Amino acid sequence: MSAFSGREIRVFLAAAALALAAALPLADQGYYLSLAVNVAMYAVLCTAWALFSGPTHYISLATAAFFGLGAYTVGLGIDTVPFAALIAIAGLVSAIVAALVGLATLRLSGVYFVIFTLGLAELTRQVVTWLQTNFTTGVGLYVFTDLAERHIYWMLLALGAAVYLSGWLIARSRLGFAMRIIGNDETVAAHVGIDTAVSKVLLFMISGAFIGMVGAILAPRFAYIEPPAAFNPMISFQVVIMALLGGSQRLWGPLVGVIPFTILFDFVSGQFPNHTNLMIGAAFMLVVYFIPNGIVGVMERLRLRLGLRKTPSASGQEKAA
Amino acid sequence: MKRRTVLKLTASALLAAGIFAGPAFAEGDVLKFGASAPKTGPLAGGSAVTHWPAIKLWVHDVNAAGGIKVGDKMMKVEVIEYDDRTSGEEAVKNIQRLINVDKVDFLIAPYGTGLNLATAPLIAKHGYPHIAVTAVTDKADEFVSRWPNSFWTLGTSTAFASSVADVLKTLRDKGVIGNKVAVVNVADAFGIELANAGKPALKEAGFEIVYDTSYPLGTQDLAPVISEAKKAAPDAFVGFSYPPDTFALTDQAKLADLKVGAFYVGVATAFPAYIGKFGGAAEGVLGAGGMNPDTPVMQAYLKRHKEVTGMDPDYWANPVTYASLEILKQAIERAGTIDRAKVIEQLKNGSFDTVVGTMTFDGNINRKFWTVGQWQNGVFQGVSSTGVGGEKEPVAKKGWN
Amino acid sequence: MEIIVTGVLLSGTYALIALGLTLQYGVARIMNLANGETLVAACFAAFWIYTATQVNPLFALVAVMPAAFALNWAIYSLLLRPLVRRAKNRGMLEVDSILATFGLLFILQGLMQLGFGGGYYSYTFLAVPFTILGSPFGLNRVVAFIAAAVIAVALYLFLNRTRQGTAIRAVAVDPVAAGLSAINVDRASAFAFALGGALTAAGGTLLSTFYTFDASMGVVFTMKALIIVIMGGVGDVRGAVVAALLLGLAETTVASLIDPGLTLAATYFLFVLTLLFRPQGIFGRSTA
Repeated sequence: MSAFSGREIRVFLAAAALALAAALPLADQGYYLSLAVNVAMYAVLCTAWALFSGPTHYISLATAAFFGLGAYTVGLGIDTVPFAALIAIAGLVSAIVAALVGLATLRLSGVYFVIFTLGLAELTRQVVTWLQTNFTTGVGLYVFTDLAERHIYWMLLALGAAVYLSGWLIARSRLGFAMRIIGNDETVAAHVGIDTAVSKVLLFMISGAFIGMVGAILAPRFAYIEPPAAFNPMISFQVVIMALLGGSQRLWGPLVGVIPFTILFDFVSGQFPNHTNLMIGAAFMLVVYFIPNGIVGVMERLRLRLGLRKTPSASGQEKAA
Repeated sequence: MKRRTVLKLTASALLAAGIFAGPAFAEGDVLKFGASAPKTGPLAGGSAVTHWPAIKLWVHDVNAAGGIKVGDKMMKVEVIEYDDRTSGEEAVKNIQRLINVDKVDFLIAPYGTGLNLATAPLIAKHGYPHIAVTAVTDKADEFVSRWPNSFWTLGTSTAFASSVADVLKTLRDKGVIGNKVAVVNVADAFGIELANAGKPALKEAGFEIVYDTSYPLGTQDLAPVISEAKKAAPDAFVGFSYPPDTFALTDQAKLADLKVGAFYVGVATAFPAYIGKFGGAAEGVLGAGGMNPDTPVMQAYLKRHKEVTGMDPDYWANPVTYASLEILKQAIERAGTIDRAKVIEQLKNGSFDTVVGTMTFDGNINRKFWTVGQWQNGVFQGVSSTGVGGEKEPVAKKGWN
Repeated sequence: MEIIVTGVLLSGTYALIALGLTLQYGVARIMNLANGETLVAACFAAFWIYTATQVNPLFALVAVMPAAFALNWAIYSLLLRPLVRRAKNRGMLEVDSILATFGLLFILQGLMQLGFGGGYYSYTFLAVPFTILGSPFGLNRVVAFIAAAVIAVALYLFLNRTRQGTAIRAVAVDPVAAGLSAINVDRASAFAFALGGALTAAGGTLLSTFYTFDASMGVVFTMKALIIVIMGGVGDVRGAVVAALLLGLAETTVASLIDPGLTLAATYFLFVLTLLFRPQGIFGRSTA
């Protein structure tokens, strides 16, 4: 293609995009920064989600649970522990919960997992509330820091970069190799000596830890942490939708879903404040019926069509992707 | 009667939907107000009664009277509304959009404690006056020192809880109830704060708490709670509850024929839907909030609310929401400018005539507010307040029929 | 004893909703996330019928169930059938149907908000005490339970005694094999989906007699129904009923004896136990 290898170009492009994104607060500190924080938040959440759900095809609806745990970790510790340490602890707590959930359900088929995770956020919310009601004095927690929107934004970008890096490393590791085999055929994977359960649980923990850290980073933005907001189940749904819209088979897939979707959501809620649900539902159906393979699917088909003129033999790849 | 309610509800929903198609007033003579609050999500049920209709009525009233007098010019009012879907991120983004993109002149506070606090730093940064209504909190003083542009109107959880103890004490002194109280609460920020303040207040007043439990937000199967409470044979029942469970607790108490001389449930007792559902059985039920519905101003307000929005307001935070907007209007008129810092100055030092009576801010906090109300002859009368005046005497709950 | 009766009464409506979902998911292979919205829509329908015309909600069932059946048939034919045709395997259909019904969830919720607003609704119907074994229970709950039981028995008889019912059960077990034995799988699926919708709507109508509802409440019920369906075994009518009973009993027992704050934890505990020891459902046979 050119003098640079594909990988070099991609690394360069990624670094340039990151630098460009990081410079945004210099241009605007108002509405567009707020929108960018939301985009960055969902970008990290969706990519972290796809780390696990992409290769395994297990649809996890546990995002809100990890997110809430992260926010709560910060809410509980903000007065005594430095914020940076809290982000790490949030990751750890989420990883532990992910391990427990994974051990209980991941040995079984995907459906059970979906349904279990569907209620996990609700369950965590109830248990957290119950613990707080019975062992502490209040349920709402105040998080007051000096962090401005731009700090939160930069932290999210950094975390996003970390997620990408991990995704890239995992893909090149034994774990990533094992996951690809499991994703293709779990029985085969078991036969070639892969401990499928351990691999899945590990990946789920990594994914959960990142989601928990997003919750922790966003806690100062909420200022007031209470269970219904921290464990809002809509977060889980939106993450799945955006990631699938982009395409969860590629590391960068969720990102191309998040950006248009967040902006669309925003446009709809700005233009039709009384019909948000209706419009979003309709937009959603259109996506499902007309862009079934996600935006990645569309892009690959386009690339294929362009490439087709030069090398007709490459067309077999579409099905494999 | 009931048929008409449904028709009106449907009509008002359609009307509300149609409003946004209408053209705005001419640029320049219009004051733009921004409102972001839940239209969907868990808090939408409450804001549909308390928040949005009060705003709608206020806009109607102000424009019908010619607008707001800024200096020597009358300016009409226009409200830009956004749905925050009961989520903090959405609320922050909406406020950003209202300030930076729509460039509104003033903001109407969001709905609920959490959303008010999530947006407070942002509103403070841009120097907009922030008159919070639906945020019952004990930390208002701390918030004011943090955000000097913020004003808190509805009251503190401690006052709400200790007033319950006061009302029960009055009833005990009258010989209506004995010493045994059952206390339950919804395990949610509001319920827990109230229960934590209320239980010590009850003990201090010499009451014995014979049953004490909490249940999760959204629980509607409260038969076990009521039947356990009933076994403890209390003289009074206190439930620091939220909308769906307020209804469910009352329903169960009525079914189980819980014989108590005082029955208190929390938020939503003051909603028109409450009397709509329970009718005569609501008679004597105590609840959070209250107002003095007998003043001519309030009588007129209730009538106008029904005419303009097609529905009844609740007997607590809805008029206070309207009052907060009246206060904002008066502060703007007194400042004679839309310079927001000057308006905040006026808010800090003035006293304002509103539908709920005269309101003044002491350290940015309204210290006189209603705390407990009671359904008496089909009207939710305030029976306890922190000095508003016009309180009625609490009466005994006499059976459920 | 009181605890048991309360639990059993509660389980009646759970069972109907879960039966609806088990037909949709087990037979038509559609994981219907908008199931709860069907339920809420039925609540509103019953409310509207009752307040506007004073018609008894039990009679309202006669109108609500066929309406829900027709609506769900239309949803299946127009929206879901293309997905079924396009799916290459069950996993793909699962993802597609989750996405599509999720969109549907929003649309239905949006429509209900448009029509009724976001506020809380409830009406009073038969809210009088009814004494069972010396303790009072709401007559509306008792009536709802009886109605639910009648509907469930009718469904059971239909599935096991009629030709069409047998076809549906065959599709539930193996759509490919069912197709080979001259069963119109597509028709049976559409029928099962529509029937599932009608059952859920019946559950909603009954629920509305004693519940306070609002337009955004559906998800909670979808979740409970899913748990029951998995516990009972996907597509298994008997299992769903037993699981609903277990769930209702567990919730009330925990609420009464331990702490009302832990009901959901109890539900999940039961769910995990089922997953660990009988992942194929309570009555399921392990499929190799």
